[in-house]
Amino acid sequence: MSENIKSKKKSRRSFIHQASGAMGIVAVSAAGWPLIDQMNPSKDVEALATIEVDISELVEGQSKTVLWRGKPLFIKHRSQKEINDANNVDINQLPHPENDEERVKNPKYLVLIGVCTHLGCVPASDKGDFQGWFCPCHGSHYDTSGRIRKGPAPKNLEIPPYTFKDENTILVG
Amino acid sequence: MSNLKKNERGILNWIDYRLPVISFLKHSAVDYPTPRNLNYWWNFGSLAGFFLLVQIITGVILSMHYTAHVDHAFNSIEHIMRNVNHGWLIRYIHMNGASFFFIVVYIHIFRGLYYGSYKAPRELLWWLGIIILLLMMATAFMGYVLPWGQMSFWGATVITNLFSAIPLIGDNITQWLWGGYSVDNPTLSRFYTLHFLLPFLIVGVVILHIVALHTHGSNNPLGIDKKGPQDSIPFHPFYTIKDLFGLSFALTIFFAVVFFAPDFLGHPDNYIPADPLKTPAHIVPEWYFLPFYAILRAIPDKLGGVIAMFSAIFVLFLLPWLDTSKVRSATFRPIYKILFWIFLLDTIILGWVGSKPAEGIYIIISRIATSYYFVHFLILLPLLGKFEKSRPLPESIGKPVLAE
Repeated sequence: MSENIKSKKKSRRSFIHQASGAMGIVAVSAAGWPLIDQMNPSKDVEALATIEVDISELVEGQSKTVLWRGKPLFIKHRSQKEINDANNVDINQLPHPENDEERVKNPKYLVLIGVCTHLGCVPASDKGDFQGWFCPCHGSHYDTSGRIRKGPAPKNLEIPPYTFKDENTILVG
Repeated sequence: MSNLKKNERGILNWIDYRLPVISFLKHSAVDYPTPRNLNYWWNFGSLAGFFLLVQIITGVILSMHYTAHVDHAFNSIEHIMRNVNHGWLIRYIHMNGASFFFIVVYIHIFRGLYYGSYKAPRELLWWLGIIILLLMMATAFMGYVLPWGQMSFWGATVITNLFSAIPLIGDNITQWLWGGYSVDNPTLSRFYTLHFLLPFLIVGVVILHIVALHTHGSNNPLGIDKKGPQDSIPFHPFYTIKDLFGLSFALTIFFAVVFFAPDFLGHPDNYIPADPLKTPAHIVPEWYFLPFYAILRAIPDKLGGVIAMFSAIFVLFLLPWLDTSKVRSATFRPIYKILFWIFLLDTIILGWVGSKPAEGIYIIISRIATSYYFVHFLILLPLLGKFEKSRPLPESIGKPVLAE
């Protein structure tokens, strides 16, 4: 009988220990979160995350580089030939299959984040085997739709969220 | 512990009776019994400690003149080089001191590999050493970012992007590391803080490394345990003088580089201010990362490359169990001795291809060398312990020199 009480007492005690241990972990995590989260992008950095770009002076074949979120943004006014080149591709052959239509709002203007999807270098424009972009760091070739065609990069150049505010202004972010 | 008595006279005795620092130092740096047969490869431990001290002293001084802000960092380095009294000297010592710290530590590690210093009962000593290496790499990487030149910026971009290879949370981790959407001022600022902090953590781990070392004593070129007092000699004066003699050579080479070729180990592109819109044509990390960089690029898959690169270091943690041979020193292991030199050559080849562009023949070489790196640890060493016939071990350390 007394054995029984003892073991019951023991299990109550260990429950108390485990419960307070669990509460301790919750408390430490809650206290620790601000110390970790402080390293995430701050409010002012987030606030600068939207920009407007004027494209009225961009003539056919010309491209423009602007800084958005600390990264280069490529805006390319494509020629008809470049648009055709981008469309005349069997997308099943691509490492990251995407149609050109999915990648543009207006096929004349291609808007890309100018950061190689391999390890973050800036590709050079109108270079490489596919007349699009070429990354000098580890040799990735992109086509006139910014799609990866050759080299170590796993994905196509990223398309930022953007809208045409009017005919000559793009709102990015 | 203390052989000093309370009634003995003198200020040192008075202090030691109350705070036993003097008897502690005497115990661990003067009387410490050391194998009598250590060769010059055993100098590199204390040399590493010396260079750590040099880095901390010069680093603290540089921090008094440096400004960690994207608009001022590059100019503040030029200010140190041109205006600050002896600033050029202190910065060149710090820059090249990092390289020499790595040279010395790599030799120290290969010494351990050759003489089997990682084997029982020194596994944790070995582990602490690898942790020091990892902390050194993090510190060196963040230090290289501080001048905010082109290589600083793009090196930081490429290395932090390695974490974006992690599935699902990769992008969140890189943004967390950056404090923004790219390498920018918040990144520079936190790297500076951590670059200042980590060396002191290294000092802490070094102390543990020494505590673990002194628990079972130094390994030695024969790789056999001490049998008695005739096998060891006190650390002072025998090894203090040997270490100082070695240090004089190391300093000669070090200052030859500091004075006559201070930028030899660096990259000229880092004297161009950082430009987030333009990537240099050929990005290479500092020389001490090249073998690992080669492994990263040898794998055609982004995530696979990152995993392989980190595994190249983490496999060292398993080494005490992967090497199944009971014999420590390569002196008595005829086949391991050959494999050791092939492995050393393999890491040098990896370093060499790491400095070349990733194309053509270099990719093939880097793949062969990377495969061999892992084959050495994961296949050859476990099998070798079972099949290799080692030469007979000597009876004791002192025996060959203490006839009769």
